[in-house]
Amino acid sequence: MNLILVTFIILLAFTSYYFGRKKALVIQSSQRLTALPKFYGYYLAAWCAAPALIIFALWSVFEPSIVKTFILQDYTDQNLTKNELQLIYTKVKALAAGTYTGNITNFLDESANKYIQLKGIANSAKVAIILAILIFSLSFAYRSVQKNDRMREPVEIFLKWVLFVASLGAVLVTIGIVFSLLFEAIRFFQAVKIFDFIFGTHWYPAKTFVRDGQPDPELMKDAFGAVPLFAGTFFIAFIAMCVAIPIGLLSGIYLSEYAGRGVRKYAKPIIEILAGIPTVVYGFFAALTVGPFVKEIGNAMGLEVSAESALAAGAVMGVMIIPFISSLSDDVMTAVPQNLRDGSYAMGATKSETVKKVIFPAALPGIVGSILLAVSRAVGETMIVVMASGLAANLTMNPLESTSTITAQIVVILIGDQQFGDPKTQSAFALGISLFIVTLFLNVIALSVVKKYREKYE
Amino acid sequence: MSKIKAENVNVYYGSKQALFDVSIDIAEKEVTALIGPSGCGKSTFLRCLNRMNDVIEICRVEGSIKMDNLELNSRKLDVVRLRENVGMVFQKPNPFPKTIYENVAYGPTIHGIAQSKEEMDQIVETSLKKAALWNEVKDRLDEIGTGLSGGQQQRLCIARAISVSPEVILMDEPCSALDPIATAQIEELIDDLKKEVTIVIVTHSMSQAARVSQKTGFFHLGKLIEFGPTDKIFKNPENQQTQDYITGRFG
Repeated sequence: MNLILVTFIILLAFTSYYFGRKKALVIQSSQRLTALPKFYGYYLAAWCAAPALIIFALWSVFEPSIVKTFILQDYTDQNLTKNELQLIYTKVKALAAGTYTGNITNFLDESANKYIQLKGIANSAKVAIILAILIFSLSFAYRSVQKNDRMREPVEIFLKWVLFVASLGAVLVTIGIVFSLLFEAIRFFQAVKIFDFIFGTHWYPAKTFVRDGQPDPELMKDAFGAVPLFAGTFFIAFIAMCVAIPIGLLSGIYLSEYAGRGVRKYAKPIIEILAGIPTVVYGFFAALTVGPFVKEIGNAMGLEVSAESALAAGAVMGVMIIPFISSLSDDVMTAVPQNLRDGSYAMGATKSETVKKVIFPAALPGIVGSILLAVSRAVGETMIVVMASGLAANLTMNPLESTSTITAQIVVILIGDQQFGDPKTQSAFALGISLFIVTLFLNVIALSVVKKYREKYE
Repeated sequence: MSKIKAENVNVYYGSKQALFDVSIDIAEKEVTALIGPSGCGKSTFLRCLNRMNDVIEICRVEGSIKMDNLELNSRKLDVVRLRENVGMVFQKPNPFPKTIYENVAYGPTIHGIAQSKEEMDQIVETSLKKAALWNEVKDRLDEIGTGLSGGQQQRLCIARAISVSPEVILMDEPCSALDPIATAQIEELIDDLKKEVTIVIVTHSMSQAARVSQKTGFFHLGKLIEFGPTDKIFKNPENQQTQDYITGRFG
């Protein structure tokens, strides 16, 4: 029903576009048009689709809660809790849809009939109202087309609003995500002291799992210390950057300054393709190839190496980030104006002197920006760590041992059995928001550095 | 006395020929101006004189260019030494995004000219004085060179070029991005510099060529149409095309 209605509105909008354009051509024979004929079409189509679709959307949002209120009115005198009312409403809906399998009481049956009835009324009312709106707005728009009113401005204003709503949507969704993280995190911090979370050195949430009952507050104190996770996160990111920064920068310098046009033409897209390899592929590469390899070499040297080592995960993560750094730093260095290079060459500087003394310093802010963006990617990386570095949150600085990161722990917490309202589950949100704050911080610094760089040459 | 002697120079960009059999004698401690309409090859020729065309991958130079009997168009040539001897000033002022001091000290550092900090200070001061910029910047040598005005930036580039005491300075339309006052300052500077160095200047402005140069060469479509004393080129050209260009009938 809804699908038909929306299709009808959209088809009508298309039709009115052609109709409006045709009408404009008719007007053209007697008087000068106020805009190109297609604007007449856009005008009619916008007036046709926009009001009807807005009303449709609002109706779809509010209808269920209104119907629910009507149904549950019959139950107000029974002193039921919110959860019980919700259960009843779910039962009524299931009964109405014919998928209910439990005991059917008279009362429930009656409610279901009422539900079907209400739904029917709501549906026909919706169709009637939308048709009325369509007729009204179309005739209004058609009249102004007939009068040959100015068409360009309303269409431009309409487009401005469409764009505004799109960007508003994007922003609101982001804010919504942040707030949902924040609220769950606040609930977590009601159970666990924020001090214990930030400064505690033991992360072992499984310890607090108690069947049917509240966990011991003493246990909680020692189970949610995030220090090992933060340490692990930055440790693995550090190993990754140790791999990625030198290789990425050197290859970026090669690409921008030394590589011939032919090499660059093929090498650059290939490097950018590398950036598109799914991280899970890197993950099993780390777990199945690099991890055992590191262990073998370590054992041969007489070192004790865990099969899941921070070194393996960090190194592979570094490889994953190389294209990121090399491609970005190549872009920044290529963006250094050619006349600076010419100036340096004309002074008799060699290529490496030019790179070292002119290009690299001039591009440095941009390069720092790209490195910071890469760090925030490394910090947020999940799959490789989950697969290659294990899940035990050890507080260690030994790259040959296994350690875990914030993201990996969030995965551990949220897969498998879980219970909402449990501090263990909520701790995922607390971790999420702290990770968000860290990466946000890094991104803000990175972007402001990049921006500063941009101002220099404009 | 001839400083640079070019014979039958042909330049190709890929398959497109940009210069045709250019032969020219550039006299020592004089200003030689190269004029001609856009795309006529005058800048291309200028860039042959310090091998800046090496930077362009597809560019190929044929013929002989001799400076004091040293063949410039040879694989064996030490390009770094050549560029120490032949400085260049570009169309758009291009100081490095470094301090004024570092900009001037760039060349002496690369070529290991100064033995001590005092010597370097001395070179920087002399170069800036020769470029008529010292009085304006002596109190702010540690400010960024790109923060100067356009005319000052160009004089900074000239100071940078003369810091290694070159024998020849090439100028590629050095005033085209500057206002009339800055242009006048640069022209005055060129007049002073020619006592010590040979200058080759490419310019779009015929009046500038007339003001600063002793010899003028007119390029058209990659050919050197006419070359001679500036007075003669402007007052009594032999070639009809030169006559037409000078009087503003084309170009």
